Amino acid sequence: MLTSSLSQLGAALRSKKISSVELTQLYLKRIAALNPELNAYITVNEELSLQQARAADTQLALSHTHALTGIPIAQKDIFCAKGWRTTCGSKMLSNFIAPYDAHVIEQFNRAGAVNLGKTNMDEFAMGSSNETSFFGKVKNPWNRNSVPGGSSGGSAAAISARMCAAATGTDTGGSIRQPAALCGISGLKPTYGVISRYGMVAFASSLDQAGPMARSAEDLSLLLNAMAGFDARDSTSLQREPEDYTRNLNTPLNGLRIGLPKEFFTEGVHSDVANAIESAIAEYKKLGARIVDIHLPNSSLSVPVYYVLAPAEASSNLSRFDGVRYGYRASGYANLAEMYEKSRAQGFGAEVKRRIMIGTYVLSHGYYDAYYLQAQKIRRLIAQDFVEAFKQCDVIMGPTTPTTAFNLGEKNDDPVQMYLSDIYTIAVNLAGLPGMSIPAGFSNNGLPIGLQIIGNYFEEARMLNVAHQYQQVADWHTRSPQHIEV
Amino acid sequence: MHWEIVIGLEVHVQLSTCSKIFSGAPTAFGAEPNTQACAIDLALPGVLPMLNRGAVERAIKFGLSVGAHIAPRSVFSRKNYFYPDLPKGYQISQFDLPIVGQGSLTIQVPTGTNGQTYEKTVRITRAHLEEDAGKSLHEDIQGLTGIDLNRAGTPLLEIVSEPDMRSAAEAVSYARMLHTLVRWIGICDGNMQEGSFRCDANVSIRRPGKELGTRREIKNLNSFRFLQQAIEYEAQWQIDTLEGGGSIQQATVLFDTEKGETRSMRSKEDAQDYRYFPDPDLLPVVIDDEWIEQIRSSLPELPLSKQAHYTADFGLSAYDANTLTSSREMADFFEATLNEVPNEAKLCANWLMGDINASLNRQSLDITQCPISPRQLGCILKRIVDGTISSTAAKEVFKTLWSEGGEPDAIIDTKGLKQMSDTGAMEAMIEEIIASNPSQVAEYRNGKEKLFGFFAGLAMKASKGKANPAQMNEILKRKLAG
Amino acid sequence: MLLSIDDVFKIARLARLGLTEDEAQIAHSQLSSIFGLIAEMQAVDTHGIEPMSHAQDISQRLREDTVTETNQRELFQSAAPQVKNGLYLVPQVIE
Repeated sequence: MLTSSLSQLGAALRSKKISSVELTQLYLKRIAALNPELNAYITVNEELSLQQARAADTQLALSHTHALTGIPIAQKDIFCAKGWRTTCGSKMLSNFIAPYDAHVIEQFNRAGAVNLGKTNMDEFAMGSSNETSFFGKVKNPWNRNSVPGGSSGGSAAAISARMCAAATGTDTGGSIRQPAALCGISGLKPTYGVISRYGMVAFASSLDQAGPMARSAEDLSLLLNAMAGFDARDSTSLQREPEDYTRNLNTPLNGLRIGLPKEFFTEGVHSDVANAIESAIAEYKKLGARIVDIHLPNSSLSVPVYYVLAPAEASSNLSRFDGVRYGYRASGYANLAEMYEKSRAQGFGAEVKRRIMIGTYVLSHGYYDAYYLQAQKIRRLIAQDFVEAFKQCDVIMGPTTPTTAFNLGEKNDDPVQMYLSDIYTIAVNLAGLPGMSIPAGFSNNGLPIGLQIIGNYFEEARMLNVAHQYQQVADWHTRSPQHIEV
Repeated sequence: MHWEIVIGLEVHVQLSTCSKIFSGAPTAFGAEPNTQACAIDLALPGVLPMLNRGAVERAIKFGLSVGAHIAPRSVFSRKNYFYPDLPKGYQISQFDLPIVGQGSLTIQVPTGTNGQTYEKTVRITRAHLEEDAGKSLHEDIQGLTGIDLNRAGTPLLEIVSEPDMRSAAEAVSYARMLHTLVRWIGICDGNMQEGSFRCDANVSIRRPGKELGTRREIKNLNSFRFLQQAIEYEAQWQIDTLEGGGSIQQATVLFDTEKGETRSMRSKEDAQDYRYFPDPDLLPVVIDDEWIEQIRSSLPELPLSKQAHYTADFGLSAYDANTLTSSREMADFFEATLNEVPNEAKLCANWLMGDINASLNRQSLDITQCPISPRQLGCILKRIVDGTISSTAAKEVFKTLWSEGGEPDAIIDTKGLKQMSDTGAMEAMIEEIIASNPSQVAEYRNGKEKLFGFFAGLAMKASKGKANPAQMNEILKRKLAG
Repeated sequence: MLLSIDDVFKIARLARLGLTEDEAQIAHSQLSSIFGLIAEMQAVDTHGIEPMSHAQDISQRLREDTVTETNQRELFQSAAPQVKNGLYLVPQVIE
């Protein structure tokens, strides 16, 4: 069961080979065994999960089913789920029981999926290593001295260690793709606006986008079918005809034009990563794809631009955490100003405070034009680069990350080095494009490597097709960490 | 050498939508604390704002009614500051791209001499949409402040004027005109006690022709009387300060309504830096011409245009026209009354502004609660015009109608208020008076014309007050002449 | 752009983040190196480029003016640090 794809699990549930309650218990048992070491989950709530599983079994008995009915799915702890503690990886929300469901949660509930638990993450999704979580770091199942990546590191680790059938993530600058790459799984960040942000705790509103994380592209397409769709409560949710993201999975890749940006293949890329990507590209050529050299001249500016825009939005988004209506309030304060300052100083971790300060500064009087406005202008240049590139190719490929998973603690004291680990993923968020990462091999020391696939706006079905066809000839995505029993 | 007072107003108009500007929570006034604050108003993690069409529509209505440009594309920005009644830690407002651009409002300013006014046009800089904050309640709990977020998210239109006003009277006239207008076009209930219409006044003084002085902003004035008092006090304070050798620092002040003084708010630790930036949760608001035209065609005739119509076509004074257009209901009442007695605009105006208004005020009613309908008032006036009753009798009909109801003609009949218009009867009556007062008649005919009043009095008495005075005088004059 | 330690305190105050002297020193050095990274942007000629606030070039949808929310005070206030008589309580606000 633990190695089954979502469609296999669905078939097993519908044919009553296993019940949703049994499947849920299987995963809960596995979480109980592995989580103390890996720390992939912040909150597990057996009662709530099994309640949903029982309801799913009723639906299954009545044959009222969706592809995901009865399947246990882990939710990143950034999504509000009614009755569930929703912490966003922060002390600030460590006791916050969400009083409502995020759109994404509603969609899964409607499909009859089981919420298996809330996965660990960098605090408020700010981080690339999952080390900023108030609930402790997550370990990479492939090597417990390595980071799983972030911010959706708990989801990535849980999938990789088979502690859930699939999971959700959010991606503001690479937070789905980078941990997917580092944990050897598949992850997709859709076009901005495809999945509603309602009920997803905001980090940087103009960049945040939820997405599915799973073992294979096929699984991602089933999850995306459930997650995508118009939501009137999110002004940036796009009104589009619903799509079946599985529809193109089996289309042959003959004539596919793959753009390779020279900016993604510089000396900064580790040789193991470069080799793996090269082999994957070679495989694509065998599948009938054609290679086009492209340029993304402004992409090198994406890290600085991102570290102006994302903190600016975050500094404002996180102002609501003031200890007045919910969340952490410091004990012992002389007056209102002190209540604010102490609650926020104690409730937020170092990285979050750092970013709030960056954001506050770049928006403050006298600096707005030089930082914020300049960054917004360069953001447009970066987006325009992609528009030009997609005139010549159908998808863009490159490494998801410059290196494989780094060691826990390695970049903790050097935020700039940490920020640069998202160098290849950030531009996609700035442009609002869809991007994904799929497993494409291993380094010499046995750590996973991710291939990034970037598509044009709304080309998710095409990207999933491109990924799926590769996964028909490569088996990286089926591998599981050596010392984790399946 | 005298000082010139320079005033600009920022008026916060609560828009009369039934739901909030960014959420589906109700806006009704007076609910139990926090029962009308939904997840969005409370800024729970993960919630997002969704803009209310009704608020945008009302802003457009206002813009069109002051001849302003409606921005085809406007943007919502975040104004960042911490305050317990501001749940998100920022207020969603508009900054560099407001929905309503430059416009103007023409006002009638009373000169202080009875009924005299002069006209002035005040330029409106802009008007923008924003959300209201909640309320901080300081009274009940020792050492603590209670926060009620029912009002958080109520739509406001902030209307900013140029510093065009030169006296408290002008500022009050402008505020009153604005108050009339927003109710007239149905975008605000105008209830000042409930805070639906609040003024901030920027006041500075200067020597005429010189550059603008440093201004101080008086916050949150919620009555016209306080607006007047606060500006007068503040201007005098500034004059005294400068003449005493002091200087004015830019500041925000509150008006203490009990002491009648303005005082500085406790200064913030550090200067405010609101860090405005476009709200990433909201997209640019695009308003097309079709929508604008649709709203334009739905607008009622505006007070200013009605005033012009009343003075030009009905011959009313500017003062009368201004009073009759103080609300749409008043103007409607006036026009409906006039419809009953065409060509008698002045008579209608006098009765409306006189007896009707006085009676309404006595009972604290507004025109919509008037127990006498325009048709009934019109009927009374018609009877005056056609000579059926005297003005004195009309007042009696009015009083009866007001307190007991009924129909004017029936009241005239039952009370026997009809004027005597039978000339024959009147002549006979007067002949009798002449016959029974021969000595006075002789004196009169010898030149003691003062005695006319004596005869008129007797005649009116004899007619039991029902004689048409003009008719009676004419006959009396003729008979006395012999 | 050189960030001073005073700037760090000023930002922290604006953001309502209490900061000790030691924390300010660390923040100062880290923020300085981050602004070193950000400085790369300054050389780019962006004359005439329209700032990009949103990923999609679309306009705001409007919600019809109807009441859709009901009173959930009890549920919402169950998460509040301090409430009384339906009010959220904070230390006294002085104007």
